[in-house]
Amino acid sequence: MKRYSAFAVAREAFRHHTGWERAWRSPEPKSHYDVIIIGAGGHGLATAYYLGKNHGIKNVAVLEKGWLGGGNTGRNTTIIRSNYLQDPSAAIYEKARSLYEDLSQDLNYNIMFSPRGVMMLAQTEHEIRGYQRTAHANTLQGVATEFISPKRVKELCPIIDISGPRYPVLGALWQPRGGTARHDAVAWGYARACSDMGMDIIQKCEVTAIKQEGGRVTGVETTKGAIGCNKMGIVVAGNSGQAAEMAGFRLPIESVPLQALVSEPIKPCMDVVVMANTVHGYLSQSDKGEMVIGGGTDGHNAYTQRGSFHHVEETVRALIETFPMISRLKMLRQWGGIVDITGDRSPILSTTPLDGCFINCGWGTGGFKAIPGSGFGMAQLMATGHSPLTEQFGLNRFREGRFIDESVAAGVAH
Amino acid sequence: MLILTCPNCGEAKDETELHAGGEAHLKRFGPGSSDADFEAYLFERENPKGVHFERWHCAPGCGKWFHAARCTMTNEVFGTYSAQTTEPPENIKDAITAKRPGWHWRQFS
Ligand SMILES: Cc1cc2nc3c(=O)[nH]c(=O)nc-3n(C[C@H](O)[C@H](O)[C@H](O)COP(=O)(O)OP(=O)(O)OC[C@H]3O[C@@H](n4cnc5c(N)ncnc54)[C@H](O)[C@@H]3O)c2cc1C
Ligand SMILES: [Zn+2]
Repeated sequence: MKRYSAFAVAREAFRHHTGWERAWRSPEPKSHYDVIIIGAGGHGLATAYYLGKNHGIKNVAVLEKGWLGGGNTGRNTTIIRSNYLQDPSAAIYEKARSLYEDLSQDLNYNIMFSPRGVMMLAQTEHEIRGYQRTAHANTLQGVATEFISPKRVKELCPIIDISGPRYPVLGALWQPRGGTARHDAVAWGYARACSDMGMDIIQKCEVTAIKQEGGRVTGVETTKGAIGCNKMGIVVAGNSGQAAEMAGFRLPIESVPLQALVSEPIKPCMDVVVMANTVHGYLSQSDKGEMVIGGGTDGHNAYTQRGSFHHVEETVRALIETFPMISRLKMLRQWGGIVDITGDRSPILSTTPLDGCFINCGWGTGGFKAIPGSGFGMAQLMATGHSPLTEQFGLNRFREGRFIDESVAAGVAH
Repeated sequence: MLILTCPNCGEAKDETELHAGGEAHLKRFGPGSSDADFEAYLFERENPKGVHFERWHCAPGCGKWFHAARCTMTNEVFGTYSAQTTEPPENIKDAITAKRPGWHWRQFS
């Protein structure tokens, strides 16, 4: 693989950009791999990448029914933060956030990580208490956050109306090193690095059955034929219920649509990410100038990949109250993704009742931020059978009542 | 926009006037049951891509619960029926079979 660099850009400029090579190969599947990962979203690709990089397991195929990064990874609003309440969450999200810091260098691919700061507004007394509690927990966990005053909120983000009629801004939980990254680039960067290690990323290859012998996984049936494996990782987000059924077990998961929308591009007007959980909306400005707006999930499960329109109305109505200047903006696009929600709003990174088969799912409305940490931990779990990052996130926690309750931190879709 | 007819009051309600209550026909397990049964009752869901039986609350209307059969891929509604049932009634099953030939749900094939 030719490395990307300033020199390469200059060189290609001189020869009319004829020398760029394809970022990843598109091979036909082999008959057998050491490891098969189902799902080429961020989490699947990151798992494959760290299997190769950290554990030397490179005979790996990543199977994708559509195009890589075409699931939730390419549909999210790219907020990255790690200000969660519970210790296991803070550990894996902060691992991810810190890996994001130099992921562009690690992958030799510009993922445009922008640690511009994430602000979660407190608009009720209850939220003040909740965020102060989180800020104290974050101090103990070594995650840099602080609870800031309304005055500071206004300084950091002048377009906020802090004295809104229904929900004035009473403070905020501020994580200065949170931010955003380019979502497609995260998938593409990992894919390119995986392909470079000799791994096969096979697109338009849907897994239709999971084969087992004597309680152990032996391979899959796909739309491109049968493929064997020693170990398998299921990393399919909203489709986890289907995949688990193929593997013969059920999950504590329901799949619901989550929506987002973007406005026409405007001049730079806000350089932080703002989340307003009480009124249920969040806002940031992309490098192109579009205002990126995230909404709420549907109350009923669905695979429609579109979501109910009234959620968009509610979100926009709420945001106009806090950001009056956006009231005249035209919206360019609206879309939905199918997110996988667990009972305690925390993910599942786990062994399964089927030997050799692992699962990584349940990231729900907030897994983009976790991609590097999740891949890191998942690869360790699959290669060695144990990872300190994932051990609290096992499937067995539901039976044992050991929930990792993040319904406050994840109270709004993000 | 999803519109469901509440079988209790007979009103066709927009989804904004209803509250979704999740999978219907769960078999309850209480104190004394095995951990596995209790876990399955509380957390494990069928989460099907296709025909789904679900609970809805006619919240600002008559205030009662009812059941609906809906396709989770298209949002097509096959029918609504009383919540005082342990499995979908025959007419609902027939309505589904008419539109999804060969369809069956593992417990009530
Ligand atoms: C509108 C929206 C906004 C969001 N905003 C944020 C945010 O701001 N911050 C944040 O951290 N998170 C956010 N999220 C959540 C985040 O997008 C997801 O948690 C994350 O992208 C999940 O990544 P993944 O790799 O697990 O899944 P995906 O990217 O969905 O990848 C799974 C892949 O598996 C493939 N697949 C499924 N079934 C099969 C099969 N049978 N065979 C082969 N392939 C299969 C799918 O095609 C898909 O490409 C948002 C999500 C949405 C929908
Ligand atoms: Zn009614």
